[in-house]
Parts: sequence; structure tokens; C-alpha cells
Amino acid sequence: MSLHKLPWALWRRQIVAVVRLELKKTLFARRGLWIYFLAFAPVLLYAARSFFLIKTGRRGNFGEDTQLFAGVFQFFYLRLAIFFGCVGIFMNLFRGEVLDKSLHYYFLAPMRREVLLVGKYLSGLLAAAVIFCCSTLLQLVALYWYFNSNVIQDYLSHGNGLANVAAYLGVTLLACIGYGSIFLAAGVVFRNPLVPTLIVLVWETISGVLPPLLQKCSVIFYLKSLCPVSVPASAGLHKESLLALIAVNANPASTVTGILGLLALSVTLLALSSLRRMEIEYGVE
Amino acid sequence: MNDVAPDKSIVFEDVSKFYGEVLGVNRVNLSIPPGITSLVGPNGSGKTTLMNLMTGLVEPTRGRISVLGLSPRQPEQLFRQVGYCTQYDSFPRGLTGYQFVYSYLRLFGCGHAKANELAVQAIDRVSLGEAAQRSIASYSKGMRQRIKLAQAICHNPAVLVLDEPLNGLDPLIRAETIALFRALAEQGLHLIISSHVLHEVDVISDEVVLLSNGYVVAEGEIRGVRDEIQEHPMQILIRCNKPGALASQVFLEDYVVEARLHRDGMGLLVKTRDADRFYLLLNRIAQNGIDIESVAPADDDVLSVYEYLIGTEEPAK
Repeated sequence: MSLHKLPWALWRRQIVAVVRLELKKTLFARRGLWIYFLAFAPVLLYAARSFFLIKTGRRGNFGEDTQLFAGVFQFFYLRLAIFFGCVGIFMNLFRGEVLDKSLHYYFLAPMRREVLLVGKYLSGLLAAAVIFCCSTLLQLVALYWYFNSNVIQDYLSHGNGLANVAAYLGVTLLACIGYGSIFLAAGVVFRNPLVPTLIVLVWETISGVLPPLLQKCSVIFYLKSLCPVSVPASAGLHKESLLALIAVNANPASTVTGILGLLALSVTLLALSSLRRMEIEYGVE
Repeated sequence: MNDVAPDKSIVFEDVSKFYGEVLGVNRVNLSIPPGITSLVGPNGSGKTTLMNLMTGLVEPTRGRISVLGLSPRQPEQLFRQVGYCTQYDSFPRGLTGYQFVYSYLRLFGCGHAKANELAVQAIDRVSLGEAAQRSIASYSKGMRQRIKLAQAICHNPAVLVLDEPLNGLDPLIRAETIALFRALAEQGLHLIISSHVLHEVDVISDEVVLLSNGYVVAEGEIRGVRDEIQEHPMQILIRCNKPGALASQVFLEDYVVEARLHRDGMGLLVKTRDADRFYLLLNRIAQNGIDIESVAPADDDVLSVYEYLIGTEEPAK
């Protein structure tokens, strides 16, 4: 069947229906509260720091703060907050419904399983993007809050401030896309989420010391390449220290390669997970 | 079972399903014609597995299934023809009864107006209109059964698969639901109904398939076995607000062999030789001030009825 004969309009309506059902569950689930805490913890810390600096009348250094943000963003936010947030959001899209014994609701509809998978993925992505992009933006606001508005105005309009903000938001979104596809696939394939989570966590952590070809099979490789401020320079890490090895890309991907590489990785994972024929077997869970 | 063309019947060809090393069903060969067909057997006999197989919720380990000529591996076509009221008593979180049916129709690709119209129609057919805007979490067991039934019929399917659909329904709703099944069958639908009690479905079934330990042990017209079980007492548990008063009323009937209070004091266990007449009696009693919450066959006795029904026949392995 040629592409234009496929029922795209029907699939679009079905995907929208899945997203409508899932988004509310994903964004407002009580069991997902920890994800909000993880996402917004840096905002609270930056806000507390700014408040302390204002109270004590100390002056900050804009450059140092930019480097501080880069360090926290790469070491905590990407590798832990977004990583585990995506575990919580995407792994539950199918597995959570198996535990709730409600997955059959979707399986009783005249809908291709691939369409359901895409709908679920998009709802998870939308929820993750809203939570983590909002947090990224609020972190920047909270970090620079104590600076004079002229300094911030100058940074945004004359410096590379706007580009940096856009880059950080873009990297956050790409992290959700990349980790989301990994953990959606893991939720479809594995019964126990701990195993794939640990495997991916170890892989992502050691990818910096792997051969260049293997590095390209990790999400963090592309994300590091796309970050606007590199960490060792900002954090003053020694070039040969372990943290530097983990944080530095010896051969970073270009922006275009980084974005396309991550998207290709995500599409491949989603396509592979759609191949698995899912059954309703609540009894053995 | 019949000579109806394959594209008008539900066909199982040498179908087996194993869950790991556990047998679901084995070597099932069936051809189910339009009308009401009951799958009867005790718990674990393979009724739900057969239903899940014909709706593609599970895949056969071996064999081939066809539903009106469609493969269960193609849900996008199958569920335009099939409605399935499952036994799973769980629902997507946070939905009202109306949203449950409406959202299901949106998954079909229906627009708002069409989904709304069909959802309201289906909910009215199961007499749940007044509770439609309430959260399903607040529904009684009988209401949950009915909203699942509304979901199964909302898109006017040609095949209706109903897994223990009468479980938890009070006598009045049970009678209404059975009338609905009859009306649907008269419209030419396939109705596949499972039950672990033949009494429950024999009055409405055209055909019956008896299952035991994953094997089809008998199939055919139901009338032949009905007379046979008429005299065999069956035990029924009635949950109600006045079990003592209920006992005094039912014990006046000669087909009631025994009536005793349930040990928790909130129900009555009745042994009867004629379940049909007993259910009719309950309908009358329910209109006379006794609030009947649920009526369900008592499991121990269901097994004995079933054993009686299939005798000592060994399944062909």
C-alpha cells in the first residue's frame, strides 16, 4: 500500500484520543509526585541561593553562575533528574496499565498497536517536556534572579543569553525524546523496570570512556555535544580526572548530527518496540 | 457445530494456548454460528482464554482463529465488528461512566458529536443514564458490569463477547440485561456468553460449549442438557439487607430445598432445584421491600453442578 493510501487522518484522530486520555493521568498521577520533586529541586536550590545572596548583599559573578548552571545541568539535571523522570513517566505508560489491569481498554479498540504506541509516547513526551522544560526555564530565572535587570537585559539582547536559553531548552527536550524512547521500549519489553534502568544508567555513565563508535549509541553523547557551555572549562575540572572523562566529548557531534542522531536513535527504538506483540496476561504479573 | 459460511461464523481450528507450561485451552475446534452461544465451565476451564483468543488479547500457541473472516491479529478491523465485555474489573483511572464509553469511541476515531451520541445511547440501553456522570470508582459491582456492557455495545458490533456478564447484577437488572441480550440476538448478532453456571445462561442460549480443564468436552443445543440438570439442586448466595425475611419468603416454595443465613449475617444461601423459577421469585421479592444487593452462584456447588453436568466423561486428550 502506498503511503498516501494509508489512513493517516484516522491515525491522527486516534493518537489525539490516546494523548487526551493519557496526558491527564501522566501529569497528575499521585505516584508521579516524586518526578516533580526531582525536576524542580534545582529551582528551589537556585532560588534559595539567590535569596541568600540578596539578603546578605553579596554580589555574584554572572560568568561563574553560568558555569555553575552548566555543571548542575550536565551532572544532575540530564543524568539524574531527566533520566529518572523519564523512567517514571515512560516506563509506566504500558507497565503501569498492566499493573492497574487496565491496558485491555486500549486493546479493545480498533487501533493498530503501533498507533497506540505512538500515542502513548507522545503523551509521555508532552508531559515530560512540560515538566522538565518548565523547570529548565525556572532554574535560569531563579539563578539569575538576584542580578540587576540591566545585566540580564544585556545578557539576553547583546550576549549569547537567548541562544543559551534556547539551547538548554532544546537539550532538555531532546533528553526527554531520547530517554523517553528508551524507557518506553524497556516498559514494553521488560517486566521488571529495575534491570533496564540499571543497564542504561551504567551505559550512559561509562559512555564517555568507551570507544567513539560506542559513544554514539548513548543519548548522553548527543546531549553533551549540544550543551552550549562545556563542563570541564566551567567547573574547573582537571582534564584527566574521572569526572572530566565522563563529562567531556573528545569528538563532539555537530549540532545537526546531534539532533538527527538522537531522533534516529529514538525512532529506531520505537520501531523495535512496536514489533513486540503484546498480550494481556495480568495474571502472571 | 454448524454449516454456516466461515465469514459469518467464529472459527477455531485446532487452537491451543499455553501460558508457559500452564494449559489455557488445547486442540479446540469450533465453529460458532450467529445467535447466543454460551461457554460453560468451572473456573479455570478455559472460557476466558477462548474469549481472549477470539479477540486477540492473547495469541494462540498453535492453530488459527477467524472471526467473521477476520484475524484477531488485526484489531483495527476486528473491533469494528466485535465488542468485548471482559471479566477484568478495572478501569482507566479517574473516568466517569460517560467518559469511559465516550473516550473508547474517540479511540475509534469518532468525532465529538458522534461519540457523544453513541455513548449516550449505549449508556441508556444498560439503564445507567443517571449515574453516567459519576466516577466509576464510586460504582457498585453491578454498575461496573453494566458500564462495561455499554462499552461493548456502543459501536453496534456484529459480535458481542461477554465474559460472565451477569455477575453481580441484582435480579431486576439481570432480567433487563437478559432481555437486552435476546433483543441483540434477534437482530442477528453473535453473542458469546461465558458462565460457570449453566442455569444462568441456559434460558437464553441457542448453543452451548462445555469446557473442562482447557478442553471442549461437549457442544450443541442446550435443551438436551437442561432437563437433566433441572432436578439437581444448585446453591445461590443472595446478599441483601434482610436475609431473615428473605429466608421466610423463599422457603415457602417447594423448589427451595434449603435456606440458611450466611456466616457474616449479610446474606442468604439458598439451595434450589429450579434456578429459573427461583430467579423469577427474587424479581418479585426485590419489588417488595427487600433490598437485594447481589445474586451469585456459590462456587462450591457450581463445581458439583458442573461435574454432574459433564458426568465422568474424560476429555479427549
